Amino acid sequence: MCLGVPGKILSISTEGDRADVDFFGVRREVRLDVVDEPVSVGDYVLNHVGFAIRRIPESEIGVTLELYEELIRRADENDLMTADVRGEMNAARKASDG
Amino acid sequence: MDKQLAQLKFRDPARARALGEALNRVTQEIGRDPISVMHVCGSHEQAIARYGLRATFPRTLNVIMGPGCPVCITDVPEVDEGVALALAGVRVATYGDMLKVPGTKRSLADARADGGRIDIVYSIAQAVDLARDTDEEIVFFATGFETTAVATAAEILRGLPKNLSILSAHKYIPPVMEIVSEMPGSRVEGFLAAGHAATITGSAVFEPFAARHKLPVVVAGFEPLDILAGLLALLEQIRDRKHDVQNLFPRCVNREGNLVAQDKLWRVFEPQGGRWRGIAHIPNGNLRLREEFANVDARKRFKIDIKSLWEDAPSQLTQHCICGDIMSGIAAPKDCPLFGKACIPDSPVGACMVSSEGTCRIWHQYGGVPDLREEQR
Repeated sequence: MCLGVPGKILSISTEGDRADVDFFGVRREVRLDVVDEPVSVGDYVLNHVGFAIRRIPESEIGVTLELYEELIRRADENDLMTADVRGEMNAARKASDG
Repeated sequence: MDKQLAQLKFRDPARARALGEALNRVTQEIGRDPISVMHVCGSHEQAIARYGLRATFPRTLNVIMGPGCPVCITDVPEVDEGVALALAGVRVATYGDMLKVPGTKRSLADARADGGRIDIVYSIAQAVDLARDTDEEIVFFATGFETTAVATAAEILRGLPKNLSILSAHKYIPPVMEIVSEMPGSRVEGFLAAGHAATITGSAVFEPFAARHKLPVVVAGFEPLDILAGLLALLEQIRDRKHDVQNLFPRCVNREGNLVAQDKLWRVFEPQGGRWRGIAHIPNGNLRLREEFANVDARKRFKIDIKSLWEDAPSQLTQHCICGDIMSGIAAPKDCPLFGKACIPDSPVGACMVSSEGTCRIWHQYGGVPDLREEQR
C-alpha cells in the first residue's frame, strides 16, 4: 500500500473529477479529487488506492516507468512488490463502469 | 551530487558498483560497527529483499525496517472493533491485507468463518459502490498511513451513502519516528523516509524531527539504485555529523508536498494519541475523524462491544511474538522463535507475517534471512 502506480491519462470526465488512465495496457478510472495540480490528457499521474496523488513531471516519466515495467514483465505471481502494484491497478474502477 | 544521484537510471551496473564502493568507503570513514539506519516503508523492504541488496551492503551497515507496515501496526483492539461489528451482523469492507491480522482472539477471517460478512476492497471507492447497491449498513474499516487516509478523506468530503460509515484505524508516520528513535536500545543514526508517503506530506514534514533529534532524514525512491543512493546520502550526513532533510526522490516528492491532499486530510481527520500494535502509545499517531464528521463515524453510529471478545484469552503463541520489537528496530525476524516455524504466511501468529509489507512476510518470501553477511561472520 506504499508503492503507488503510474498511469497515463486518456480522458477526463466532464466534471473534471475522474480520469480514464492507461496502466501498462490496462484501462482504469481513477479519481482526481486529491491530485496535486491540474492535469490534462496525456499527463502521467501517480495513483494510490484509486486516487491520483501526483502529476509526474514530464522529465521524470521515463525513469519512473522503468521500475514498474520490470516488475510487471519479470516477476512471478508470488512476488510481493508485483502483487502490490497489481493491487493498486485493481483499486481503480474498470473504465467501462464509470 | 544530489541531483546526479537522483537521476540514476534503473539498475545501471556501473552505477551500482560505484555506489557500492562509495558506501564501503563512507562506512569505513565513520568507523563504527554497526552503523544502524532505519527505513519506514514496506516497499523499501520488499525492494531490499527482492534485489538482495543486503548482500551488497558493507558489513558494518545495518539497515532496519521500522514501523513501515500500516497493516502490522493496526492495534489489536482496532481489529477487535472490526470483528465485533462483523459478528454483530454489520457488513465490514476493508483492504485484503487486513483479513488475517490477529485480534485478541479472532481475525476478520475468523469472523467471516463464524458467519460475519467481510467484503474485500482495493479502494474506499469500491466500498462506496457496495453501499450504493444495498440498503444494508456497511462499515469501511479504514487502515493505512496518511497516503491512504487522503483517499478516505476525499470520499467523505464528497458525501458517503447514508448506509456507509468509517471505522478509522489510519495512522500518521512522522510521530512514530520520534518514539522509535527515543526507544531504549535504539541505535538508529538516520532515517530513510518513504517516497510515496512523502508525496503527500512533503519532505518538510521531517524537518522539525531531524532538528530535534539531530538525525538525518533522506527521502528515497524504490528502485535498487534509489535505495543505494539514499543510503549513501544518509551515511555521508552521519559521517559529517549533519542532520538535514534531503530529498533524493524529486520525481515524486517536493518540499511542501501535495497541498490539495493535505487540506482534505486535515479537514476530515485530527491526530490523536493511540497505541500502535506492539510498539507503544504514539502521541498524535492515530488519525481520527473530526467531530463534524461524527455522522459517518462507525464508532458513533454503532455501539461496538469489544470487551466481550476480551473474555477469550489470546493464544499462547502470540505471547511469544516479537513483532513489536521487530517494528521498533530492536530485533529481527531471525530473533523470533516462531519465525518460519509456528508463524508462516498461511497461519500467521503476528501481524508482521500477514501483510505483503510486513518484515517477517518479506523475509520469509525472499528466502528467510536475505543477508549473506550472516554466513560470512
